[in-house]
Amino acid sequence: MSLITPDFGLLFWMTVIFAIVFFILAKFGFPLITGMVKKRSDRIDQALRDAEQAEKQLKRMAEEQRQLIEEARREQARILNEAAANGDKIVQEAKDQARAQTTAMIEQAREEIRIEQDTARRELSNEIASLSVEVAEKLVRSHLSTKERQNALIDKLIEEVRASRGQEVS
Amino acid sequence: MHRIRTILLLFLALLLPVPAGAAERHAPAEPGELDMQHYLFGHVGDAYEWHITTVNGHPVSIPLPCIVFDGGLHVFFSNRMEENGYTLNDDGKLVNAATGKRPVDISITKNVFSLILSSILLVVLVLLTARWYRRHDAMKEAPRGFAGLMEMLITMVTDDIIKEGVGKDYEKYAPYLLTAFFFIFLNNLLGIVPFFPGGANLTGNIAVTLFLAVCTFLAVNLFGNKHYYKDIFWPEVPTWLKVPLPLMPLIEIIGMFTKPFSLMVRLFANILAGHIMLLGVVAVVFLTAKLGPVLNGSMTVISVLFGVFMDILELLVAFIQAYVFTMLSSVFIGLSRMEPEHETEIKTTK
Repeated sequence: MSLITPDFGLLFWMTVIFAIVFFILAKFGFPLITGMVKKRSDRIDQALRDAEQAEKQLKRMAEEQRQLIEEARREQARILNEAAANGDKIVQEAKDQARAQTTAMIEQAREEIRIEQDTARRELSNEIASLSVEVAEKLVRSHLSTKERQNALIDKLIEEVRASRGQEVS
Repeated sequence: MHRIRTILLLFLALLLPVPAGAAERHAPAEPGELDMQHYLFGHVGDAYEWHITTVNGHPVSIPLPCIVFDGGLHVFFSNRMEENGYTLNDDGKLVNAATGKRPVDISITKNVFSLILSSILLVVLVLLTARWYRRHDAMKEAPRGFAGLMEMLITMVTDDIIKEGVGKDYEKYAPYLLTAFFFIFLNNLLGIVPFFPGGANLTGNIAVTLFLAVCTFLAVNLFGNKHYYKDIFWPEVPTWLKVPLPLMPLIEIIGMFTKPFSLMVRLFANILAGHIMLLGVVAVVFLTAKLGPVLNGSMTVISVLFGVFMDILELLVAFIQAYVFTMLSSVFIGLSRMEPEHETEIKTTK
């Protein structure tokens, strides 16, 4: 049967034509196409890898930035806390100092006042003493300007002394 | 509706089995009855002319050049065969009318003509695609339209079949395997087309599949590495299987030939069977013609529905057979180039 016996003519032409087709396609067709496709897919792979790398780097940078911000914030908080503490301390110290100074000044003032008072009191008593003496002198002088008056006084004094003695006796 | 019927009738008319040159040899058993054998073999077989259709009993066909060496080169068109002293024998082959002997015949038959057309088409299609790459910067853009389709197919064959099957250094074999794939695929598709440039049963012809199988055989055995040949002539089996009587080497050598033989028969039988099934489904219309209009009409509907189904199936088969041929060729080439440490791995997974 002719269906399953290979025909020589067709085999011959098949060999010739297929060889030509194969030669043309293998030289000008497929390698060019597959080469280009491979190049492009390599490039796409490379681009994808690059993109991944870039993404990773970006992520790392973002992480770094976040850490930096976090650190800065912590530092800020620390500085603020420190400053607040310092301020409190300074105010406290100033207050204490002021209080101490005030106390000292008041103390000194009191002392001075006391000294002044003493002096004044002494001076006053001296003055009063001298004044009293002067007044007494004048008084005495006026009382004892006459003889009778001097006598009367002596009498009176004697009387008084007598009275006081009598009181004592009785 | 009218147009559809006209087209349908035209389609069926194209498949009408009207005997052209050989009418006198194969007379139908009864007038009006279908000569099934002539109908089938007329379509799947080869011919010295390309019969297109028959109008009013006159065959319309393209005469093709006959080239014979018969004590000298004779070239003539097939419609002048008788004048040149040649005729067709019972097998439909060209013989010397006087002696009845077969000359050396390298005529451009229907299949050869179809082969030339499809090869030109194939070269044009691939070179058009290649031209796109020459004219464009493939680094910056991907092809669209036809070049995109071709790129998709080429990439699929290269990555899924060739790279997987051949393995290392697959680039060396890629041009042959790609050519084989597109050659088979294109000719399978053209074989389904029922009218002129298509319709030839080229990939369902044993000579064509034989040639392709021989190509694969050469690709496998010419570039096989030493492990491949060691496995054939001195396989790792108990010594008594190979020393007094080379039993295993014999089996391995037979295996060398059965692999491409299976490739040849698979493609041939699949495409031939597809053609015969399609023709058979269409023939139902004509075989039931004498059973009356009702039966004939209903069978026609069934036949057309089945024909559509078969056509779609054949489209699938056209692709699958090209795929399978390329894949098995790649695997055979890959096996002949396997390094031993991989080889044991493959053997255990088998």
